[in-house]
Amino acid sequence: MTHMNLLEVNNLVVEFATRRGLLRALDGVSLTIAPGEILGVVGESGAGKSLTGAAIIGLLDPPGRITSGEIHLAGERIDQYSEDQLRGIRGRRIGAIFQDPLASLDPLYSIGHQLIETIRTHLPLTAGQARQRAIELLEETGIPAAAERINHYPHQFSGGMRQRVVIALALAAEPQLVIADEPTTALDVSIQAQVIGLLKRICQDRGAAVMLITHDMGVIAETCDRVAVMYAGRIVEIGPVQQVIHSPAHPYTVGLMASIPDLETDLERLAQIDGAMPRLDAIPPGCAFHPRCPRAFERCRLERPELLDANTSRAACWLHAPEHVA
Amino acid sequence: MPIFLLNRLLQASGVLVSVAFLAFLLFQYVGDPVIFLLGQDATPQQIRELRSALGLDQSFLVQFQHFLGNAIQGEFGISLRQGTKVSKLIAERLPATLELATIAALLALAAGIPMGVYAALRAGRFSTQVLMTISLLGVSLPTFLIGILLILLFSVNLGWLPSFGRGDTLQLGWWSTGLLSVAGWKHIVLPATTLAIFQLTLIMRLVRAEMLEVLRTDYIRFARARGLSNRAIHFGHALRNTLVPVMTITGLQLGGLIAFAIITETVFQWPGMGLLFIQAVSFADIPVMAAYLCLVSLIFVTINLIVDLLYVLVDPRIRIDRPRKA
Amino acid sequence: MSQPSNPITRWLDSDVGYSLRNSPVAMAAAVVAFVCLFCAVFAGWVAPQDPFDLATLELADARQPPSWLEGGSPKYWLGTDDQGRDILSAVIHGARISLIVGLTSVALSLLIGVALGLLAGFLGGWVDALLMRLCDVMLSFPAILVALLIAGVGRALFPNAHTPVAFGVLIVSITLTGWVQYARTVRGSTLVERDKEYVQAARLIGVSPLRILRRHVLPNVLGPVLVLATIQVATAILTEATLSFLGVGVPPTSPSLGTLIRVGNDYLFSGEWWITVFPGAMLIIIALSINLLGDWLRDALNPRLR
Repeated sequence: MTHMNLLEVNNLVVEFATRRGLLRALDGVSLTIAPGEILGVVGESGAGKSLTGAAIIGLLDPPGRITSGEIHLAGERIDQYSEDQLRGIRGRRIGAIFQDPLASLDPLYSIGHQLIETIRTHLPLTAGQARQRAIELLEETGIPAAAERINHYPHQFSGGMRQRVVIALALAAEPQLVIADEPTTALDVSIQAQVIGLLKRICQDRGAAVMLITHDMGVIAETCDRVAVMYAGRIVEIGPVQQVIHSPAHPYTVGLMASIPDLETDLERLAQIDGAMPRLDAIPPGCAFHPRCPRAFERCRLERPELLDANTSRAACWLHAPEHVA
Repeated sequence: MPIFLLNRLLQASGVLVSVAFLAFLLFQYVGDPVIFLLGQDATPQQIRELRSALGLDQSFLVQFQHFLGNAIQGEFGISLRQGTKVSKLIAERLPATLELATIAALLALAAGIPMGVYAALRAGRFSTQVLMTISLLGVSLPTFLIGILLILLFSVNLGWLPSFGRGDTLQLGWWSTGLLSVAGWKHIVLPATTLAIFQLTLIMRLVRAEMLEVLRTDYIRFARARGLSNRAIHFGHALRNTLVPVMTITGLQLGGLIAFAIITETVFQWPGMGLLFIQAVSFADIPVMAAYLCLVSLIFVTINLIVDLLYVLVDPRIRIDRPRKA
Repeated sequence: MSQPSNPITRWLDSDVGYSLRNSPVAMAAAVVAFVCLFCAVFAGWVAPQDPFDLATLELADARQPPSWLEGGSPKYWLGTDDQGRDILSAVIHGARISLIVGLTSVALSLLIGVALGLLAGFLGGWVDALLMRLCDVMLSFPAILVALLIAGVGRALFPNAHTPVAFGVLIVSITLTGWVQYARTVRGSTLVERDKEYVQAARLIGVSPLRILRRHVLPNVLGPVLVLATIQVATAILTEATLSFLGVGVPPTSPSLGTLIRVGNDYLFSGEWWITVFPGAMLIIIALSINLLGDWLRDALNPRLR
C-alpha cells in the first residue's frame, strides 16, 4: 500500500484575463487526496469548487488559466501538460461527472454507442468485447434490462437513470480518480441518496478516489472521508469529515454548520451568516472572511492566514496560531 | 409518424392553396382573365363564348375552384408577351433552371460546410479571420454584381469561359440537359458559381456559428473529460449536432435558389424560368407571373416537406413512434 | 477624474463605446459609412457635375476612361459614360438615390414590424397566432421574389406610372419584405416582459398598455432591433440595386447605383469597364461598411460575449 498521495495540489492559482484586469478566481488552493479516499469540497456558489475540479482535469474554460502552483497525479506533474498529454490522462486516469446528466449526454447517439466509444478509446478491445463490457457497466450501475437499454437514447431515460449512465461512462476506463461536480444537484431528492450511494460503492469497489464537489453538507457527512471548505477562491478548512462537521475550526465553517436547521430544535428564524461572499474583484485584504467574522481581530485584517493545525484538521484562521491559542 | 406526415401534408396544402389564391387574384382582377386564357388574337366570338362559359358573374368561390382546377392541370392560359401557352413556355424553361439550381446547391454545400467547420475549429487564427472577412464580402456583394465581375474576369479579360446561354443541350424526351456536353459544362460554371456564392457564404457562417455553440455544450465537455479523440469529438459529436439544425435552415434556403436564379439568369441570359419571369414582370405578363408563382411555391413546399422528413430521420428525439420508457 | 463628463465621453466609456474603440475594423467601417452618407446627403455640393442636367453634358467627351489611364482627363476623374456623364458625379448621385430608398424602406418596415410585434406580443391569442402564421409564410418566400411580384403588380396596375408612384411601389415592395424580422423579435421580447410581475402589477393598477409598452418593453428590444436595422439597411440597398438592375426598380430618370450598373453592363465587352465597375465598387463599399458595423454592433450588444 503506497503512502504517496494520489493527487496533490499545491498553491494552485487560476486567473481570468478580463476587460477589467486580471481576476484571481483560485488563490493558492492546496489539497491532497489519498488513493481510494473520498474528499468532499464544499462551499457556496462562486467559491471556486468547480474551478478547482476543472483545473485538475485540464478543462478550464478560456480566458481562465493556471498561472502558478502545481498539480501532481501519482507523483507526476500534470498542470503544465499539453492538450495531447492531458487527453491521455482524461478518462483513463481521471474521470469526471458533471451536474446535469441530460446535458452531459449527446442526444443524437445511443448510450451504448457513447459507452463503447469511450471504452475503445482507452482499452484495446474489439467491438464485441467492448459492448459486453458496456452492458456489464450498465448492470453494475443499476440499469435494468441493460442488454436491451444499451440501444436507447438519452432522452428515453429518467434523470436518475441518466446520471447512472453518466457514472458508468466516467468509470468506463477505470480511472484512479473521479471528480464529481455536483452530481446530485439536478436530481430529485429521493433519487439523490441512491445515486450518491451508487457512486460511493462503485468507486470503492474499484479503489478509485473521489473528489466530491457539492454545496450540500448532508451529502458530505454521509459519503466523505475528508472535507475541504472553500471560500472566495481559497480553502479555509480541511480535515476529517467528523472533525470538521462536529468541531469546526474556522468561523465560516462554524457559521455554515449553524445555519443547517436541526429537526429537533425549534427555531424562530433560520440562522445565517451576515453579509455575502465578496466578488472576485473585491476580495478584502488579509483574511477574506474577516468582514463577516464575529471573531475577527487586528491581525485578520492585515495578514492572510495560512492553513494552520487545529486538532486533526487544518484551518486558515489566526485563531489557531500557536501564539494565539497558547 | 403517419399523423405527423398527415399534419405536414395538410399544412403544405394550405400554403399551396393560399398561394394559388393570390395567383387567382392576380389572374382575375389585374387585367382581363378571358384575354389571358385565349390570347390577344382571340376573336370577339371566342371571347363571348368563353365569357359565358366561365360565367364571370358566378360566385367568387366557383371561379376560384375553376382556377384551381386549371392550375392543377398546369393550365394558365396564354402569355401576353409571347402569345404561346404558358404551360409550354414553362416546360421549355424548367430544366435549365433546375439544372442550374441543383449544381449551385451542390457547390454551396460542398464548399460551405467544410469552410464553416474549419472556421469554427480554428477560431482566432489568421486564416480564419481572412475567411470570415471574405464571407462578409460574399454577403455584401449582390448576386448580379458577382456575376458581372466574374464575367469581367473570366470572359472579357481571360476569355476562358462563355458568358451567356447554355451551350449545347441534349434533348432527353421532355427534358433538355446541358450537362452531357463539355460546352454545356463550360457554360454552367460561371452562372452556377454566381448563384452559389451567396448561399455558400450563408451556409459557412451558419455552420460556424452553430458549431461554436455546440462546442460549448456540456456533452462536448463531458466527451473531452472522457478522453475521446479530437476526431471523435469534433466530427463524431460536434459536427452531427451542428448539422441537424443547420440542415433545416439550409434546406429552406436552397429553395430560395430557385428565386435567386432570376437574377443570375438575367446576368448570364440563361434561358430558364427566372429569365422568363423577369421578362413577364417588365411586361406585366400576368398569366406567366401567376404560373411562376404557383410553380415556385410548389417547389418550395416540396423542399420543406423533404427537409422535415429528413429531420425526423436524423434526430432521435422526435421519432414519435418509439415508445418512451421511464 | 476631473474631466467633465458629457454624453459622448460617457458613451465612449460604456461597454459599447469600449468595444468600438477596440475594434479598428468597426471604426474604419463607421468612418466609411459616415463619409458615404455625407456625400449622398450633400450630393449637390460634393459632386463636380450634375449628371441629370443635360445642358452640362458634352457628347464629345463620351466614353472617356478614368483619368489615370491613357485617354482620360482630370476633369472626369472616373471617366464618362456613353452620354458624356461624369461617372464620379453619377456614382455620388446614384448612391444618394440608393441610400434614400434603402433608409426609407428600413424606417417604414421598422415602424410596421415593431408596431405589429408589440401588438401581437401584448394581445396574444388569435392576433398573435395570425401574425405568426403570416410571418412564417412571408419568411418562407425569398424577399426578392416578393419584391418582384409587388413591382410587377404595380406595373400592371399603374402602367403609365409617374416617378413618385414608381418610387412608392419600389419602397413598398422592399418594406414588405423587411418588417417580418422586427415583428418576430419584438413579439418575443414583448411576450417575455408581459408575463413579468411588474407588468401585471402595472396593468392591475390601470397603467395604460401603451405606457407599459413604451417604458418597459421598448427599451428591452431596442438592442436587437438596432442590430437588425443596421444590417437591413445594407440588405435594402442591395435589394433596390438588384431590382433596378433587373429593370423594375427606380425609374430611369433617377438612376440609382443598380441602374448605372445595368447601363454599364452593355459596355463591358467593348472595353469600357469603368461605367459598370465604379458604381459597383461604391455599392460594395456602402454595403460592406454597413454590414461590418452591423456585425460589430451585434457582438458589442451581446451580453454573453462580453
